[in-house]
This record gives sequence, C-alpha cells and structure tokens, in this order.
Amino acid sequence: MILIKNANIVNGIDKTVQKADILIVDDRIEKIAPAIKIENPKLEIIDASEKYVFPSFTDIHCHLREPGFEYKEDIRSGSLSAVAGGFTTICCMPNTNPPIDNRAMVAYVRYRAKEVSPIEVLPIGAITKGLNGEELSEIGLMREEGIVAISDDGKCVMNANLMRNALLYAKDFSIPVISHCEDTNLSEGGQMNLGFVSTTLGLRGIPREAESVIVARDLLLAKETKAHLHITHVSTKESVELIRRAKEWGVNVTCDTCPHYISLTEEEVIGFNTNAKVNPPLRTKEDVEALIEAIKEGVIDCIATDHAPHHKDEKNVEFNLAPSGTIGFETAFAVLYTYLIKNRGFEISKLVELLSINPRKIINLKPNMIKENQKANLVIIDPNREWEVKEEDIISKSKNSVFLGKKLTSYVEAVIYEGKILKKDGEIKC
Amino acid sequence: MKHLLGLKDLSKEEILKILNLAKDMKLILKSETKKTPHLQGYSVVLLFYENSTRTRTSFELAAKFMGANTTSISVATSSVQKGESLLDTVRTLEALKTDVLIVRHSFSGAPHFIAQNCSFSVINAGDGMNEHPTQALLDMFTIRERLGKLENLKVAIIGDILHSRVARSNIWGLKKFGNEITVYGPQTLLPPFIDKFANVASSLEEAVTNKDVVIDLRIQLERQKRGLISSKYEYYKFFGLNEDIYKFISKDTLIMHPGPVNRGVEISSDIMNLPNCTIEEQVTNGIAVRMAVLYLCTRKEAN
Ligand SMILES: [Zn+2]
Repeated sequence: MILIKNANIVNGIDKTVQKADILIVDDRIEKIAPAIKIENPKLEIIDASEKYVFPSFTDIHCHLREPGFEYKEDIRSGSLSAVAGGFTTICCMPNTNPPIDNRAMVAYVRYRAKEVSPIEVLPIGAITKGLNGEELSEIGLMREEGIVAISDDGKCVMNANLMRNALLYAKDFSIPVISHCEDTNLSEGGQMNLGFVSTTLGLRGIPREAESVIVARDLLLAKETKAHLHITHVSTKESVELIRRAKEWGVNVTCDTCPHYISLTEEEVIGFNTNAKVNPPLRTKEDVEALIEAIKEGVIDCIATDHAPHHKDEKNVEFNLAPSGTIGFETAFAVLYTYLIKNRGFEISKLVELLSINPRKIINLKPNMIKENQKANLVIIDPNREWEVKEEDIISKSKNSVFLGKKLTSYVEAVIYEGKILKKDGEIKC
Repeated sequence: MKHLLGLKDLSKEEILKILNLAKDMKLILKSETKKTPHLQGYSVVLLFYENSTRTRTSFELAAKFMGANTTSISVATSSVQKGESLLDTVRTLEALKTDVLIVRHSFSGAPHFIAQNCSFSVINAGDGMNEHPTQALLDMFTIRERLGKLENLKVAIIGDILHSRVARSNIWGLKKFGNEITVYGPQTLLPPFIDKFANVASSLEEAVTNKDVVIDLRIQLERQKRGLISSKYEYYKFFGLNEDIYKFISKDTLIMHPGPVNRGVEISSDIMNLPNCTIEEQVTNGIAVRMAVLYLCTRKEAN
C-alpha cells in the first residue's frame, strides 16, 4: 500500500495538472483525492509536493543487445536503465545475434524478460529473415508470440518492392512497420552529417537526403498500401516536411524522433567525439528547430530513445571504426524537459503525450493513465533538480552517452510499475 | 608545442615560430655534415598506415639529421594485420619508450585519438581527409622564401578539394595570414560549405588568373571508379594545368604541387619544368620544416 502525497498529476489526455493524493493498493490506483487519510502500519508514504507525477513511459525503439552482445547490455541491465529513466514498457529491436526474426527468438526474449526484467519488454520482429533485406520473415507467427511491430532497424529495406510487400503483409496482422530510413548508397562510408563540420574535420559525410529519399519512398508506399508506416528516428527538416505533407494527404503514418536530435547538432562531433557518432547522424541547428516545431504541431507523434549501448572499448577507437549509437533511457526525460519545457515553454502535458500516450497508441497498447482503478504505472519527477550526466551515475552496462558532461534539469525520482516501487529517491529498488 | 596535429588549431605566432626555425634548419641542410645533435637520445617512431615514400623519407631524414634513433613501422609489417587495435599499438609504443610518433593514417582524427591516449608527442603526417600540417607548412615556407612574404596573397587551390588534407591544412594555415584563397575542381570533388572558407571559382581560367600562387592537388585515380570523375583524359582537359590554361597563369605565379605528380593528368610535364614551378624545392623545404617541428615537439621547456 503506497500513498503519494500532494502530487501534481500530469494527465496528457485532458492536459490538466491536478493536485491530489494517490492511494495505491496492490497493483492498482485505489483512490485519487485531496488529503487522503489512512491508518495502516504497512503504508508507504511518498511525499510528492513540488513534484510531478506522470503515467510511466513507453519506449518503442531500443536495443537490449541480448542475445549475442551481452557485453554491451542485456535484458536485465537494459531494463534497469529503462527504469532509471522512467520507462516501464520498452520495445527492443531485433538486431541481436541471432536476430529476432522467428517465433522461437520472440519466445526467447519474452521468456528471458519475464525472468529477469522488472518491467514489460516487448520484442519487435525483423521484417526480413536475418535482417538481410531479401525475404519476409514469419511475421504472423512472431505476432502470435508477442511482437508489437516489425523493423529491420539498423538497416534499411533497400528493395522497394520488398518494403511494399512488408507493408501489405503487416496489415494482415495489424502491426506497424517501423522504417529505418537510410539510402545506403548515399550514406556509404559516411561518418557524420555531410555539411560544414564534416568539411572542417575531413570526415566523410552522410547527406541528409540519405534519410529523406527513403522517407519519401516509404510514404508513397504507405499511401498506396494504406498500411501503418512508422518512421523512426526522424532527423532532418526535409523528412519532417514530407511526413507533414503525407499526414495532410491522409497517409497512415506516424513517426518518432530521439532526444538527441532535438537538442544537439553535428558540432558535438568536433574533437572526434565517438559518443556523438549516431545513425542517423546529428544534424544542424535548422533541423533541430524543424523537429521541435514538428513536435509542437503533432507531426512528430512520439519520442523514442534509440537506446544503443556499446562497450567502452568499441567507442574508444578511431572515429571511423566506432559503432554508431548513444544510450538514451536515463537522460530522455530530462533532455525533453530541459529543451522543450524549460527552454521552449512547451506545456508539461506535452511530455505525457510524447512519452506515455502516443508510443502506446502506435503499437496498439492501452494507455497508462493515472485514474482510479487503473494499473499503478507511474513516475515521480523532480522538475527542479539540476544534474550533470556523469559516467559513474549511469545504470546501463554501457556508458556511451552523447550527453556526458551536459547539464540537465529535472530528474526521475521514483518509478512505480503495477504497484511495485522500482525506483525511489533516485535509487533503483529492483 | 607537444603535438602537431593540424594547422586549424595553431596560432599565427606558432606557425611563424616553426617557419622561422625551419629557415635555420635549412642552413644546416646546406652544410656539409648535415648533422645537429638536437634529437640525440630521442626515439622517433614512424607509423605509416598508408604508403607514402615521400613523406616518410622526409620525416626520417629530418629525424636522422638531428641525431634521433628512428624506427619505421609500415602497415604491411605491423600487427594491425593481426587485428591489433590502434590503442594496443599506442600502449606498445609507450612501452617501447617512444618520444615522438609520426603517424600517417587513412582515418581523419586518428592522430588526435592517439594524442588523447599517450604520453609521447604525436606529429600528424596526414590523417584521412583532415590535415597534412607539415605539407602545408612546407608550402608556406616555400611561398615565403620565393615571394618574400606570407601575407595578403592570392592563392588558388586546384583539384580534389573534397578528399585533400593538403588543401584543408593550406586553407587553415594560409587564412591565418590574411591570404585570399580560391578553389576550383569538379563539383563532385568540392566539399559542402567550402564557400564559407574560400572563394569558389566558376572556371579554371578564373581560378588561376591573377594569382600569386597556384597549388595543384594530386588526384587519386580510383575516384574514377567511385563515380566522382570520368577519365584521366577528361580530367586533364577540363581541370588539369595544361598548355591551354598556362596562358592564364602569370610568369611570376608560383606553381606548386604536393607530389607525387600524375603527369599529364593534373599538370603537363612542360609546366613542371618551368622556373616558377617549385615542386622540387618543396621537397627540400619539407625536410627543413620537419626538422623544425621535431625540434619544437621535443623541447620540454616549450611544452
Ligand atoms: Zn535505426
């Protein structure tokens, strides 16, 4: 039995912030009312005055690296990192070794997650067998086993006909196709965004069109097939513009971007900082502005972390040899709070939309809501705490955060999932 | 100066210090014995992940003329082939008591990576498409020697600007002295935003007309396969310093090239033989400049 006192409850659906106490009994929210009084020796009281309470977050794009790359991260360590960031449902991408491209692999991940993860781990199945971009995987069987979407993330399905078939086929099983948009002929050999900084550093660049030409292609295919296309980690102004148009046309498309694309630019790479090597690459100020505008308008539906852990030894190499990716769970909320609420004056309820409501809609899950009789899935946020991202504080097995050394505002202080306290006073309890 | 990684982050004063010292070093080069004891007892390692007989020999001679013990490791014989990481190589060099590492690498930033992970001095002998600082320094040395100044000059850089570390180092270095830089080359070989750093000429004639210096770059012929240029013949006709374009170049204009030259592709043999073409002098000056850099990187008091 948990009583959260004096909470500022942020409800994304009616965009209100309600001041009240929340009583949690077992796995449910029993009561929401001002000044709840309870006499019970087992009652745990959490004081949440000056704090926000949000429905817990869902991430539709992360990499847990198990099986195959457990030295980077595993289902447990990734889940704990997610908890630290306020996520209680996470969807892991299939680029493991072996990849999640068949029913047995989906079952394996689901089983392992039930065993070791305190939160909900939902696998995303591969679009193509072996992520090879050649043959469709057994999407229906994987759906039965619990996948929530399909994606060849990390790779682009370069064959347009196969992508078209994937969209059509996924319709039968009512799941979105998550597209990693990258024309690999255009991006080949590229190490960062093609532009001013790549010219000064002498690094081979990835033109922004490597992303937007595939965005355009996939939007046209989604228009024709009427399938649900979800474009992940959108990073350029042109991609946003294309998606905006497509939505106006009525294409069944949703999209996400990641915290680093709305906060950082290609300049992070200066000094050959391998933690700033991500795919798609960090872009320019103009792109950051376009993405933020698109979030404001609702063109960008949600935020995904693209949590991509890598071992320190893999990142401590020549820039060309470093793998792409940054971890993202633990900084996601604070980055969004800092860059959207604090710096841009967005409404606080926008974050519920981006992190709690819309990600779940996209993969057809019921929303987490802070309402009586709902499952008690919530996070408590201290909006005023300022902190610096430091390696030693990171929960993930990997420390490759592009935000290392950056100062952020707001902090995920407590996490409750199905009535269980997973994090409290900043400490992981699971 | 502990490392020489590039000219982008070097001040005008630091560049002048190197060039002035190189002048003295050139006198030593002209002497009969060609020996100074400045690097006696120092261990200088040349680590070349890319072949370059010119640069390697130049550095090696520079170190030897100053009395250093030198070792040359080239990629064919190194343990890189066995999968050793650059970080492991750095650890080994550390254990071998290296004082100065001269490194050539095909990846931009590799010397910076080494410098962040070692205690010895690192001299960049060319990294990817990023910088080739000693080449630009020897170009600047040659320009100053020939023209008597290094300021307010009009300099054209012709050819593959996109992949050229020589072009980048020259742009960073020469711009610090208020020189006006113009570049020209096929559009496929011009990097984005180059117009923020230099004038972009709209024709080869325009690029070379009224210039004090024309720096012609080496073209890598494998660019042809990557679809960046079509043929040697076509390159020479439209982008090479051929007899037709020579009409537009003044007799006083210095014609420079970092070598080795693809004759009849970037430049005609006849032009190479002209007195205002400095290709051979650049080679000699290269040793003097590298001696100066080695000297400065090994002076503890200056670090
Ligand atoms: Zn991706």
